[in-house]
Amino acid sequence: MSDPIIRVVVAKPGMDGHDRGAKIIARAFRDAGMEVIYTGIFQTPEQIVSAVIQEDADVLGLSILSGAHVHYAQEISRLLREQGADDVLFVMGGTISKADRPRLNELGVAAVFGPGARTGDVVKFVRDWAAEHRAA
Amino acid sequence: METKVTSATGKDGRDTDAAVEAIAQAHEEWRRAVLQASLQRFSRRKPGFATLSGIPINDLYTPADLGHQDFARDIGFPGQYPYTRGVHATMYRSRLWTIRQVAGFGSAEDTNQRYKYLLAHGETGLSTDFDLPTLLGRDSDHLLAMAEVGKIGVAIDTLRDAHILWDGIPLGEVSTSMTITSPAFVLTAMYEATAAAQGVSADRVTGTAQADILKEYTAQNEYIYPPEPSVRLVVDLMEYCARRLPRFNPVSVSGYHIREAGATAAQELAFTLADGYTYAKAAVDRGLDVDALPPRISFFFDVHIDFFEEIAKLRAARRIWARMMREKLGARDPRSWMLRMHCQTAGVSLTAQQVENNIVRTTVEALAAVLGGTQSLHTNSMDEAFQIPSEKAIKIAVRTQQILAHETGAADVVDPLAGSYYVESLTNRIEEEAWSLMNEIERRGGMVACIEAGFIQKQIANSAADFQRAVEAGEQTIVGMNAYVEEESGELSDDLFFQVDPATTERQIARLRQVRAERRGADVSRALSELKQAAKNGRNIMPSVTDAVTAYATIGEICDVLREVFGEYKALSIF
Repeated sequence: MSDPIIRVVVAKPGMDGHDRGAKIIARAFRDAGMEVIYTGIFQTPEQIVSAVIQEDADVLGLSILSGAHVHYAQEISRLLREQGADDVLFVMGGTISKADRPRLNELGVAAVFGPGARTGDVVKFVRDWAAEHRAA
Repeated sequence: METKVTSATGKDGRDTDAAVEAIAQAHEEWRRAVLQASLQRFSRRKPGFATLSGIPINDLYTPADLGHQDFARDIGFPGQYPYTRGVHATMYRSRLWTIRQVAGFGSAEDTNQRYKYLLAHGETGLSTDFDLPTLLGRDSDHLLAMAEVGKIGVAIDTLRDAHILWDGIPLGEVSTSMTITSPAFVLTAMYEATAAAQGVSADRVTGTAQADILKEYTAQNEYIYPPEPSVRLVVDLMEYCARRLPRFNPVSVSGYHIREAGATAAQELAFTLADGYTYAKAAVDRGLDVDALPPRISFFFDVHIDFFEEIAKLRAARRIWARMMREKLGARDPRSWMLRMHCQTAGVSLTAQQVENNIVRTTVEALAAVLGGTQSLHTNSMDEAFQIPSEKAIKIAVRTQQILAHETGAADVVDPLAGSYYVESLTNRIEEEAWSLMNEIERRGGMVACIEAGFIQKQIANSAADFQRAVEAGEQTIVGMNAYVEEESGELSDDLFFQVDPATTERQIARLRQVRAERRGADVSRALSELKQAAKNGRNIMPSVTDAVTAYATIGEICDVLREVFGEYKALSIF
């Protein structure tokens, strides 16, 4: 039977320092009773995937506002697959235009939360996913 | 009644007390006789009112709220201590604020073209955003850099890029601001060298470097070295500019990023002014004259959507800085007391929904900046919640400032809101809150100690969380986002289309490699080893940075030398 607590890694890839959203969503997950590991900024895709594996995370939330989202989604998806961790729920947030979303979905990003997204909706998305995928 | 009101702000204590008492009594009678009856018919539309930063707002304000205000001491006249009403006696009646839109994307050619577009449409000053690799002192071909080249600003690797960036821009006439922090010393050296190549002598070079490193640790996060050596680099830059580039502002102490990260208005002031004080104090501690550097310190504030609170904040900022410089630091030159500022409308107030509404938000915020007495202003473009602004959107943003300047009358009188009971009360309240926070910072050992302990970061994160909660609970209405919501595609219309040229990275790396191949390697190595010695021995690094830049050392090479000497900063992850 799986651990009843949902474990989430919140990560910021690359050189982007805009971390208001990452901190807000990390806090929202924590307040919702999840176990949150926030990597901090300036993470490489390798560091992020290694955090997901070491922390045995159920969910990876990537926050990015630098416009390099497709590049990082590609790298991280590849590494997750290679290391057999592509069963995690991979979601993204930030300034990401709708035009890029189909591509992100193809790369295995389950949902993208843009500017104005409510933390309550993000939390619900994760919980619904967990209820479906982590049944004992 | 009229005369009593006037004497309420006078100096005679007895008159003041009596007048305030009379007004307070009259107010109480009004509450009983008029307000109560009115509330029975029309109750207040919510249980409590507060500013965007959470300061409670009463039904109305009277002279009694300013009971102990001394006109000469606290408000006074523009161009005179404590500068509450503005740093110049005539303000916009003589000279309008500078319209300064920040621009930067792609390679230097792209941004140079955008500059020329802006100048052609009436912009009067320039401002540069750099891409993430440049902000972090990495070359464009660094492993971490490749996905970010030219994305959120312009890519600059060497002096060759700088020459292209400012090609045809007279650096002795058009003041240019550079939004660069940790590698500010590199970009300033490139700026000076570009001006020299244009035939502009050092004493005529005009412009601004942001250089304010302390706000990076608390808000923007684009830092390289630990706080202590970073403050030293700021003071090196200031000292060098004071001697060599007298018309250049080497540091623009920035509240903008602090506010955008979630701080309240009073926190923005407290943290920003405490940062400014740290640099001024560090200069004095180095043995420089108390008035040597403060006149060249400028400021940069956010102008958020709460109209009166922002006006009050800007007025309070000037009063606090004047008092801080004169009474706390002991500066004697009035130019050291004057807080000169650039303002930018609040990026965080923009919505990705119904983007045209952002024009209205920006207009209101820009008007607050003008009524608050700013020296220069950036108005955000409606599409900035998505992208680097399109030409159409940025032109409307420039026109917004021109309409405020020439049509509304807002620029025709100095500090028109002085004497408003509400605005003066808010100005006092924000000043008090900011002083109390700054005193706390001092008790905790100063700004650097507070950053290292995470004290500032925690406060900003808490304020951001409070705001988010209020928005999600519907207590804070954001039109188009949590109210008056419409079904929409979430895409910008075709006339707002903008995309950074996807070939930028490749072109930029090719140019970088060409420069590396063409320069004289021996000159580069010599300059870099001199830089290392200066950094280690505590000598001012700027002369050797200038040598390195003109030998075409790259930004990554220069910053790496200091990484070896100072190490890199690892942040606390506080949320």
